[in-house]
Amino acid sequence: MTSKKVYADAASALKGVVKDGMTLMCGGFGVCGIPENLIAALHDSGVRNLTVVSNNAGLDGVGLGLLLQARQIRKMISSYVGENKEFERQYLAGEVEIEFNPQGTMAERIRAGGAGIYGFFTKVGAGTQVAEGKETRTVDGETYVLEKGLVADVALVKAWKGDTEGNLIYRKTARNFNPNMATAAQVTVAEVEELVEPGVLDGDSIHTPGIFVQRIIQGANYTKMIEKRTVRKRMEGSRAVVA
Amino acid sequence: MPWSREDLAARAAKELKDGFYVNLGIGIPTLVANYIPPGMHVVLQSENGMLGTGPFPFEGEEDPDLINAGKQTVTALPTTSYFSSADSFAMIRGGHINLAILGAMEVAENGDLANWMIPGKMVKGMGGAMDLVAGVKRVVVVMDHTSKEGDPKFKKACELPLTGTNVVDLLITDLAVFSRPTRRDLFKLIEVAPGVTRNEIRSKTPAKYLE
Repeated sequence: MTSKKVYADAASALKGVVKDGMTLMCGGFGVCGIPENLIAALHDSGVRNLTVVSNNAGLDGVGLGLLLQARQIRKMISSYVGENKEFERQYLAGEVEIEFNPQGTMAERIRAGGAGIYGFFTKVGAGTQVAEGKETRTVDGETYVLEKGLVADVALVKAWKGDTEGNLIYRKTARNFNPNMATAAQVTVAEVEELVEPGVLDGDSIHTPGIFVQRIIQGANYTKMIEKRTVRKRMEGSRAVVA
Repeated sequence: MPWSREDLAARAAKELKDGFYVNLGIGIPTLVANYIPPGMHVVLQSENGMLGTGPFPFEGEEDPDLINAGKQTVTALPTTSYFSSADSFAMIRGGHINLAILGAMEVAENGDLANWMIPGKMVKGMGGAMDLVAGVKRVVVVMDHTSKEGDPKFKKACELPLTGTNVVDLLITDLAVFSRPTRRDLFKLIEVAPGVTRNEIRSKTPAKYLE
C-alpha cells in the first residue's frame, strides 16, 4: 500500500496534526461507531485543552471518557452527555464546559460546515434556551433560529472498510455522525476495520468519497463495547420488542 | 384505577396508522412497538440512523454496530436502511416522519412541552427531542398525570425549560387522554381511565381544557 494517505498506526496518523487548544470532531453515537484506536492515540499524545464536537462524551474510561479522565477536554459540543460520572463531576466543578445542541441541529451544523454553508435558519429550538443569544427571523408566522455551520481542525472517524484512496464504507448504525464529520475538518483521519487495495470497494457503494479523508489507518483490537445489551428469549414471538 | 405502563403503550399504539413512519422515544414510548396491530405496516425510525428498526436480538446475536436511539441492541428487518445523522434529521426536521411518541416532564395548555432539563440538576442534554417536536407532523406525549410528589404535570404554563412551543397534539396520561384537532385549539378531555372521575382529573389539572 503506497498511498500517501495510509499511515502505519494511530499514533503516526495523528503526528503533526494534533495541537493543544484545537477543535476536534469525533464520530460515534454513544460508544457505537467511535474511532477507538485514534481516541487511544489522542489520549497517549497528551494533547490538552481540546474542544470536542461529539454527540456524546463516552462512558467512564471508554471512548471520549478516556480523554475526560486525563483532563484533556476543555469543552464539549454535544447533544447528550448522560451516563458519564466523571463528566458530571468535572462539569459541576466548573472544570469542563458544555454547549448543548439539539442532535439534528448539530448534525446539520456539521453538514453545513463541511459544505461551505455559513449557517441556516431552523425552527428547532425556537422559543427555548437554545435560541438565546442567536439571531431569529419570523417568516410566514413561523420563527426560525440562525444556526452556524461547524468546522474543526481535525475529525476522527471510524468506518468499516476503507481503501488507500480514503474511500469509506460504514456498517449499520455505526455510521451516525462519521460521514458528516469527515467533510467538516481541515484534516480528517479515518480508522477502518478493513483497509483494502484500490478496486476492491464498489464505487457505487462508497459512503464517504476519499476527497474528505486525508489520513487512514487499519485499526486493531476493537472492543466494540455494547452500552445497553437488550435481548429477547427465543420462545417469544418475533414481534416482541421489549420484555 | 390509573392506566399501567402497558395500558399507556397500548393506548398510544391506537394513534398508529398503516404506512406510518414513526419515531418512538425512550421509556414507555418504546413499549408501543409491542402493540402495533397485526397486519399494520408501520416503519420505526431510530434517529441515530436507521429506518425499519426490528426487535431485540436473540441472546448471542447482539451486534455492537446495530443499536437504537436508546443505545439498546436491536435487529434489522428485510427492508431496513441506514443513513447518517444529517440524513436522519432531514427526515425528522423535513416533516417526513408521521408520528413521534415521547415522554414529558410537563405539558402546558397551549401545547408547550418540557422534557429535557431541570434547573439545578445535572443536565444531560436534549438529544433529538427538540428536532423531533419541531419537525414531526404529529406529536403524542405519554406521561404520568402527576409527579411522584403529586404535583400536576399538565399545567397552565411550563415552568421547566421548554423543548418546544405549541408542539403537542395528543396527551396520554395514566388518568386521561386529551386531544386537540389543530394546534390553534384547546385540548379536550376525550377518555378517562377506569374508576377515575372527571372531578379527580379536574382537581389534578391546572391546565385549561374542554370537558
